[in-house]
Amino acid sequence: MEKTLDLKFNYTEKKDTRSGFGDGLLEAGRKNPNVVGLCADLIGSLKMGAFQKEFPERFFQTGIAEANMMGIAAGMTINGKIPFTGTFANFSTGRVYDQIRQSIAYSGKNVKICASHAGLTLGEDGATHQILEDVGMMKMLPHMTVINPCDYNQTKAATIAIAEYEGPVYLRFGRPSWPIFTDPAQKFEIGKAWKMIEGTDVTIFATGHLVWEAVVAEAILRSEGISAEVINIHTIKPLDEEAILDSVAKTGCAVTAEEHQYNGGLGDSVAQTLARHNPAPVEYVGVNDSFGESGTPTQLLEKYGLNAANIVAAAKKVLARK
Amino acid sequence: MEKKSIEQLESVASQVRRDILRMVHAVQSGHPGASLGCTEFFVALYFDQLNHDSNFKMEGKGEDLFFLSNGHISPVWYSVLARSGYFSPEEMDTFRKLNSRLQGHPATEEGLPGIRIASGSLGQGMSVAIGAAQAKKIDGDGSTVYVLMGDGEQEEGQVWEAAMYAAHWKVDNLIATIDLNRQQIDGPTAEIMDLIDLRAKYESFGWEVIDTLQGNDMKSVVEGLEKAKSLSGKGKPVMNLLHTEMGFGVDFMVGTHKWHGIAPSDEQLADALGQLPETIGDF
Repeated sequence: MEKTLDLKFNYTEKKDTRSGFGDGLLEAGRKNPNVVGLCADLIGSLKMGAFQKEFPERFFQTGIAEANMMGIAAGMTINGKIPFTGTFANFSTGRVYDQIRQSIAYSGKNVKICASHAGLTLGEDGATHQILEDVGMMKMLPHMTVINPCDYNQTKAATIAIAEYEGPVYLRFGRPSWPIFTDPAQKFEIGKAWKMIEGTDVTIFATGHLVWEAVVAEAILRSEGISAEVINIHTIKPLDEEAILDSVAKTGCAVTAEEHQYNGGLGDSVAQTLARHNPAPVEYVGVNDSFGESGTPTQLLEKYGLNAANIVAAAKKVLARK
Repeated sequence: MEKKSIEQLESVASQVRRDILRMVHAVQSGHPGASLGCTEFFVALYFDQLNHDSNFKMEGKGEDLFFLSNGHISPVWYSVLARSGYFSPEEMDTFRKLNSRLQGHPATEEGLPGIRIASGSLGQGMSVAIGAAQAKKIDGDGSTVYVLMGDGEQEEGQVWEAAMYAAHWKVDNLIATIDLNRQQIDGPTAEIMDLIDLRAKYESFGWEVIDTLQGNDMKSVVEGLEKAKSLSGKGKPVMNLLHTEMGFGVDFMVGTHKWHGIAPSDEQLADALGQLPETIGDF
């Protein structure tokens, strides 16, 4: 389908976003000697091996003990270190929520919680590991910044940017090989939405892997005479409310797209903003109150209604509600 | 700071106990039992052992650091911080009240000098202390990091994650203390969840372990901390098992879990204060 479409963004290479994290961490470590890495027995999966090799004195294997890892990271910030913790998104959030809440968020500690294998696209490991509630949990915490970049380049840029930002951050990325369609030299601005494609009929607010699906959906809609605006919401908190309101003031309706539950995700954040300032119809593309299951990423996105075709259908539905 | 004699430290401890009781009484809320039981430890630490600066800086470079993991005994910590110059003793009057920096459990949000992490949800403090200790090692800062935990707190799984980690990483600039009063909210630890032999547990985890058998005797507490210090820097984290009595210093509060989290009445306060000389001056 992609081949025959006139896409506004294209790719020649695919890579996993976690590699963007690993490469970004290495660069952040080279820039700033206070950057330290911690990992709970998933160095290969998190792509933290290059950092560990280059900076062994600044890297700490914690074993399979995520609660302790969060506490240690919080303690390391006290004399000015900038710890990056690495484990799966599931073990970066729900498993250690109270540790993050008390020792990191409430204590205002400069910890970067870096979470791989988020969402359905984890694939075959199944629902035990496919966390779809993490954004909601993390965005509810005062002081916490929540970032979900869309491809290798944006993840790398985000990793470097959060090292330069003072405060707790949740950085969410994933496992699958995914199109690289953003600029390798991009400047990542925390909290600043990126209008990727201009349109007039409907706005698609997308985050993470689903930004690519939104790019594909825009081309499909355009081929059918519908003009969609695509906005990349890489930072879910703080939310760029101005960008959301400006766009919907023009288009009058919105679709949100994310690899997360409806409850607590980007969709809720966008809907809350619109409800308060400019009530307009919104349709959610996401997981509707269910767990995932084993399968390939592509199969899972299709079965759970998270691919470009679903974004197209949601756009048509919301247009009819205008 | 000028070295204080045991008698001088005991005199400070009497005032700290008055502060604890008066704070908890004023707001009819807080945790006097283990605060009273740990008074000698806190006074010995802040007035004798720690190399610290009451002109508070979060980073604490070149200073010894202390973390309180069992944050509910905040009254004793607040008193010792105030009495050693971190903030004015008058501020103790705001304990647990609206708009206070002296939160029910210690917090950094309001910027109270002396507090480096929020605590109260149990089991987290030792991990934080280990992180701070390792950060000091990275920087070549030869200072020591101290942490206090409760004995009931040993029931939290994270404590043992931290215990395993500290030995594996040879965090030997860490001195942990457990307030071994053998009481927790619902009753004696032996009945609620038997700790059995903490020395054997920590030794098997790779720690150097000492017992301070008279945790409410100032001389013993100072000697215990000095011994712990002498054992640090030798490749192993150090555990100081501090045998205390909950409610020590007030005859009707001592040795029971019943005063874990309740405040004395007016009459009980008067009775208790009558047993504790005012040595520095009440706030």
